[in-house]
Formats: sequence, C-alpha cells, structure tokens
Amino acid sequence: MSEVPTLEAPVVADLRQVLEAPPETRPRTMVLNMGPQHPSTHGVLRIVLELDGEHVVHARPDIGFLHTGIEKQCENLTYQQAVTLTDRVDYLANMSNNLCYVLAVEKLLQLEVPPRAEWMRVMLVELTRLNSHLVWLGTHAMDVGAMTMFFYCMREREDLLRIFEMFSGQRMMTSYIRIGGLALDAPRGWEQAVGRFMQTFPSRVDEYEDLLKKNPIWMNRIIGVGELDVAELVDLGVTGPMLRAAGIKTDARKDAPYSGYEKFDFEVPTFTENDVYARYRVRIEEMRESIKIINQARAGMPGGAFQADAPKVVLPEREKMKTQMEALIYHFKIVTEGFRVPAGEVYQVIESPRGELGYYVVSDGTSKPLRVHMRTPSFGNLQALARLIQGKLIADVIAILGSMDFVLGDVDR
Amino acid sequence: MIDEAAAAHPVVIAMRQESTSWLSAAYIVLNELTVEVLPDRVVHACRFLRRMHQFERVSTITAVDRYPAEPRFELVYHLHSLAHNQRIRVKTRVGGESPSLESVTSVWAGANWYEREVFDLFGIEFKNHPDLTRILMPEDWQGHPLRKDFPIHGHRYDYMEPEGGSAQ
Repeated sequence: MSEVPTLEAPVVADLRQVLEAPPETRPRTMVLNMGPQHPSTHGVLRIVLELDGEHVVHARPDIGFLHTGIEKQCENLTYQQAVTLTDRVDYLANMSNNLCYVLAVEKLLQLEVPPRAEWMRVMLVELTRLNSHLVWLGTHAMDVGAMTMFFYCMREREDLLRIFEMFSGQRMMTSYIRIGGLALDAPRGWEQAVGRFMQTFPSRVDEYEDLLKKNPIWMNRIIGVGELDVAELVDLGVTGPMLRAAGIKTDARKDAPYSGYEKFDFEVPTFTENDVYARYRVRIEEMRESIKIINQARAGMPGGAFQADAPKVVLPEREKMKTQMEALIYHFKIVTEGFRVPAGEVYQVIESPRGELGYYVVSDGTSKPLRVHMRTPSFGNLQALARLIQGKLIADVIAILGSMDFVLGDVDR
Repeated sequence: MIDEAAAAHPVVIAMRQESTSWLSAAYIVLNELTVEVLPDRVVHACRFLRRMHQFERVSTITAVDRYPAEPRFELVYHLHSLAHNQRIRVKTRVGGESPSLESVTSVWAGANWYEREVFDLFGIEFKNHPDLTRILMPEDWQGHPLRKDFPIHGHRYDYMEPEGGSAQ
C-alpha cells in the first residue's frame, strides 16, 4: 500500500519552490498543446506552443496523424488503379490531384488527349478550385468569428458536389480524370447544371465580400496579421495564394501551362500586403478568375472523343468489346495486368488551389510505378507555420492557421 | 555521360566551367533537365545553383529505392527558379548499409522537412541537419516504409492461438 504515491506532497513542494524563488529565476513560459483535435486546426494537426503570457515564443508542428502510406500503396497498384489513391491525398481538391498524376503518366506514355478531354479537365479543375476555396472561406471566417459565412459557403459547395456527382457518380472521391482522358463522357444535361450554378455564383462572391467587409471582428483580426519577409517565405517553400499575397506573381497555369491553359484568358491576382487579409483577397479574386475560365470552357467546349485513341491504354467501348476480338483482348490485357509505361521519370507541376502541386513519377518499364512522390502544397506551406506565428499573439495563431489553407490529408499523405 | 542537348544548356555549361569533377551526368529527357553529381558534392552544387542561377527555392526532395541494385538509393532534388521560370533536377546516388550524406538545409531552410521525410521513410541520414527526427511515422516505429524490402502489410504482428485453448 505504501507503494501508491500521494499526489499532494510533491506538487505542493514544487509549487512552493516556484513561488519562493526570486521572480527572475521563475520560468516565464508555459507549454500548451494545441490539437490534434482542435477545431481550428482543420484536421489532426498538433502544435506544441511555448507561450510567454499571450505571446508565442516557440512553436513546433507535429504532423503525421493522417499518414496512410499512399506513396507506398501506389507502388503496388497499376498505373490506372493509382488514380483512385490520388483523390485521397487532398480530399478538397480531388480533381487537381487526379489531373497532376494523370498528366505525369501521360507525359511518360507520350500520349495526347483529345481537346474535349482537355477542356473538360480544365473546367472541372476550376470547379474544384471553387470548391476548395469555399471550404477554406467558410471555415476560416468561422474560426475568426463570422459564423454566417460557413453556412453560405457550404450551400454553394453542395451545388458543386452535386455537379461532381453528376459527372463521376461520387461527390468527393471522383477519380473522374483518367490516364488517356476521362472516365466517362460528360453526362446529359451537364451544360444546364453548370450553367445554373454559374448564373448565381458570381453574385454570391460579391455577397461574401459585402458580408465580411462590414464585419469589424473579421477585419480587425486579419488586417496586418501574419506577415513574414518574402524572401523567407520563398526559402521555406511556401507557394500558391500565400506567395501571391506577398507580391510574387507565380502560377503554374501561366508559367508552365498544362492541359491547354494557354488558350484561356485570365489574370493572376497578386497583392503586396502579405498579411492574412491579402491572402483572403487573393483567394476571392481567384474565385472570380476561375469563374472566367469556367465560362470560357463552357462556351468553347469542343465536341468529339473524350478519350485518346490508344487501344493499349484506354479501355475499349462496351459495344466494340462484344463484337471485335481485338478489343476484347485489349480489354482483358488492360484489366488483368495493366499497361506498360516506358522507363523514365517525370516531375509534373500544376497549380492546385493551395499552391504548387507536383507529382514525381518514376517508371521502370513495368505496369506498376516504381515510385510516385507527391510534392503537396500543404506540406510546403505548413513548414512556414513555426516562423509565421513566432512572437505573435495566441489569438492570431488561429487567424494565421486559417489563412494558410492546408489540408492535413495533403500534408501527411 | 552528358548528352548533346544538356551540354548546350547554360546551367550545365556554367557548372562544367566551375568544376570539372562534379558532374557525373547531365541529360534532357522529356524536356526536363537532370544533372547528376557525386554525393559529397551535393551541397556544393546546390549552393552554386542557388547563388549563380537563382534557384531560390527547393520544390521537393525525395528518394527512389532501386533495390536490389547498388548503390540502391537515388536522392532527387527538384529546384525551381522563380526569376528565370526554370526547373532542374539534381540527382545523386548513395548506397551501403547506413546511407548518409550532407544536408542542404544550410542552402534552403525549406529542405528541413523534406529531408526529415526521406530520413523517416527511407532511412537515409543527413549530416548537419538541425532536427533529424521522424516526421510522418510514430517515433518508436521500426524500419523505413518506403524501402522496397519493407512489406506492404502485416510484418509486425503474429496472430497466435492462445495457449491451452482454441481461438474462438
């Protein structure tokens, strides 16, 4: 019985020791564990904060709670099967991840996809950008104290998810963009569905801005908060809207156009204030630019095939499979062993809603990738977190976290 | 081996002028420039590329396991120059029982987490890294998951029947 330690004695002694010590030797800082289930950390991020009163002295992000070994799993699936895993990396921007992976493999295969597939991809990826930005805006505003925004943003997001469901049969894990084109041709009535959404959405963006601009809590908590030297941001690997809010005009859609982006007319919005407010404005302007791109894609959508003419890669039509022996053989080969990809390596970069998304695909000539590495924007951006919140108030930590717009699935893979 | 297209590339020309010993290969395949350097010259090459050619940021650092070939690990650095809108891949090979090489965190602070990830998932050690700990896997994890000789599932648990009775 005497083995059981009593709590009181040592704790009181410790406390007395602290209180009796001269003030200058007392520890000033305390350690606060934020997360891994804190609502404003947008997933399972844990930050160990060392605080001096209300100020952050030191911060250490602890990640990996959502690590599911997607890169390892990709090595054990055929190229086409691995598309389904890319959805699960950044679950708010599935199509961007589909597209990036697919472009990398198509580059290795030297495969050209027909214009209809390209334009449809661009339209869907821009709709994905709207989807991602809406979730960001809703949750960010709610964190900072504008509750209503969340409901408005989720309302519009619901329409978008319905459109994705219409195209692919899935609301989130779409896997609609495939190697060689698209999984299916666009469904009947997609023009009306996207058109209806595009008719109301531009005015909704104005509405969001009006709502937030006149909200003093929102404005006071984000203007002039979260600044960091531009050179340091670049050095730490920050990309996307965060870098554009610091005045650097970089966007993979303009710098290295892919999937026919060079045919679209749009601007890359930049601001120079480099604070949380500037990041918010960049993303709001990006939504407007996305609207422009989607409207151009809708207006000029080419007809014709939605998959490349590559019988060794793309599954044959159902009808042909039942009437032509060759088609049946190709179908059997693709389904049972996949297609072989010539040995080589490719680093494909696209602009995801969060920044620079890169897929490094290495092939050894077999039907399964030797290595798929995902350079995810959230991982790069989160690296700057410790520097961004160092010396700031703990209340600002929430606003800065929100402005970084990371997805923990994207960080941990 | 330096192919013709790469030999005409300004970055490769400058690197060859600076030192004759560090480039073991340079090639342009699928419009992507790759330079291969020896593992002990990586930091040197990276610092040169950053200073002379404005590769201000490291896009990503990763590794490829070519097991059972030796040297089994290829370390791949993807660099990006915002000023010139240019990308380059720097590659080096390490192998052996306990692979290690110099860290490039002194060149780009952003290399920190990428090197931790490579350390965590491949078991490649980076010398002079400020904080070389596991980043994605739990701290007490055994082994390095992205190595080719690491099984995809079921390596740690043996499900045995309890002694003296059948498992029901």
